[in-house]
Amino acid sequence: MASKVIHALYTDDDVLMDAVKATRKKHYHIEEVFTPFPVHGLDKAMGLPHTRLAITSFMYGCVGITVAITMMNYIMIQDWPQDIGGKPSFSFIENLPSFVPIMFELTVFFAAHLMVITFYMRSRLWPFKEAENPDVRTTDDHFLMEIDASHHQEEELIDFLTNTGAVEIKIIDKH
Amino acid sequence: MYTLSNKLRLFSIILIVVGAVGLVAGFLQAPHTIDDVKEIMAAHDAHGGGHGETTAADSHAAPAHGETSTATHGEEDAHGGDAHYEHILHQLQNKPWAALYVAAFFFFMISLGVLAFYAIQFAAQSGWSPVLFRVMEAITAYLVPGGIIMFVILGLSGFHINHLFVWADPEVVAHDKLIQGKSGWLNGTMLLVRAAIFLGGWIAYRYFAVKFSRKQDEANDNAWYRKSFKISAAFLVFFIYTESMMSWDWIMSFDPHWFSTLFGWYVFAGLFVSGITTIALITIYLKSRGYLEFVNDSHIHDLAKFMFGISIFWTYLWFSQFMLIWYSNIPEEVTYFITRIEDYNITFFGMLVMNFVFPLLLLINSDFKRINWLVIAGGIVILCGHYVDVFTMVMPATVGESWFIGLSEISAVLLFLGLFIFVVFTALTKAPLLAKRNPYIEESKHFHY
Repeated sequence: MASKVIHALYTDDDVLMDAVKATRKKHYHIEEVFTPFPVHGLDKAMGLPHTRLAITSFMYGCVGITVAITMMNYIMIQDWPQDIGGKPSFSFIENLPSFVPIMFELTVFFAAHLMVITFYMRSRLWPFKEAENPDVRTTDDHFLMEIDASHHQEEELIDFLTNTGAVEIKIIDKH
Repeated sequence: MYTLSNKLRLFSIILIVVGAVGLVAGFLQAPHTIDDVKEIMAAHDAHGGGHGETTAADSHAAPAHGETSTATHGEEDAHGGDAHYEHILHQLQNKPWAALYVAAFFFFMISLGVLAFYAIQFAAQSGWSPVLFRVMEAITAYLVPGGIIMFVILGLSGFHINHLFVWADPEVVAHDKLIQGKSGWLNGTMLLVRAAIFLGGWIAYRYFAVKFSRKQDEANDNAWYRKSFKISAAFLVFFIYTESMMSWDWIMSFDPHWFSTLFGWYVFAGLFVSGITTIALITIYLKSRGYLEFVNDSHIHDLAKFMFGISIFWTYLWFSQFMLIWYSNIPEEVTYFITRIEDYNITFFGMLVMNFVFPLLLLINSDFKRINWLVIAGGIVILCGHYVDVFTMVMPATVGESWFIGLSEISAVLLFLGLFIFVVFTALTKAPLLAKRNPYIEESKHFHY
């Protein structure tokens, strides 16, 4: 089924923010917004649900600290007991201070790397992927709002978008 | 304009009176002779028992005293000879002084931390915080009375009126090569000269910064603001040196044999996070009373982020100091931590829970930083934790293993808490609660995270 969308371009993030709010008020459906830089508060204005990336990051951190503890306990205490700093206690808990930096590093390492990979997967990004960007100017100084136009009067929608301060409006047939 | 309610004024005055009475009682209760100590110890043993073993095991902390204690162990009684009782007598006589010192320093360091935070806001030209400036200015008002009290206590300690600083005791110094080597720096006169320079500089900055901030309210241009920026930048340079030296003089010199190069940073982290926490608490309190209507959730959120972040920073420094000393295990260094782990186990590890684990788990959640009562709960735990931190820094060298949180500790905290509340909230009434002509005030009002 062919669907029609409208691309409205803006040159200012504040104008864009107001346009997004006005469009949502009119109950038009915003498919996507493309911006050259992250616009503060845009996700809220578009009504996007809050990201769950922070929760995954916390869980990855927990995995990281568990890996660090298990690994060091096996390597330094069980498999080949080591005399750490002249304290041959061969106990994990008594040598804990010397393990804390590694625990910290692996927590950060796991949280950061796995979170980035999650973000790529969730955003459907991978190496050599074709850009989905509809207009190259959105990587420079333009902001683009994509609105579903299948179920609305085109002229009415175009009039409305012109009033919100769009500098250019295009109707695109998606297939 | 804020008006100090009669209830709050009465509350603070009651705290001061109760605290002062309790503290005087604490001084009077301190034993005067060895016989008093014997009585206290006998009463203690009657229900506690088994204290003799602990004292013998404690001997590592004071080797000389430990030997006499174990040598005379069988003959005298469970507590060794009179030398041991005299030792305990000195510790118990120190106890109310040390309690006074810890509480005086704790509330002083809160206002000092806020002063540093305030200067950073100007030097960084931050846009989110100007709506909180009047709260910060009010908290720094405590710098003057708190600083004078610290100066008096330091004078009494530095000239050996009380026995807090072991390096101030001429008899100890005569037998101690290490302290003799440091006596050019560690002596009563020098201590007071330096304290006067530190306090003078901080109070002078506070005076001018507040003056410029008030003048900016009525100004037509940003001239006063630019002056604030300049003195704030200069103050921060002055502050980081003097704060570091202050921490050696006022805290680290309790253990004159021991030193740590990052001690200044460690004390700084503690005072900084206590100061920021106090800003958050007072802001939330004023909001709940209907003032500061221009402060929104995002400001509280930012303060809570600082509370969280600087708590982690404090832990980082605590651990950096601890791990190196633990790992290298050099006797003259590691004795500092051995004393604390063996005699102060509960406060030493308890403060880690209060200052690190609790804020970490509570404030890691973004939404929790906007829930006022959670910020208050977290803030109270952080403040208690940093009181315990100062306590654990000061007490081992002054009262040793004879510590307990008793009448003098609680009374001293009440006394200074009352004074702090009285001074801070009186200072709040002196100026409008909004620094209305600050160039960033509009940005700050619309600050939104």
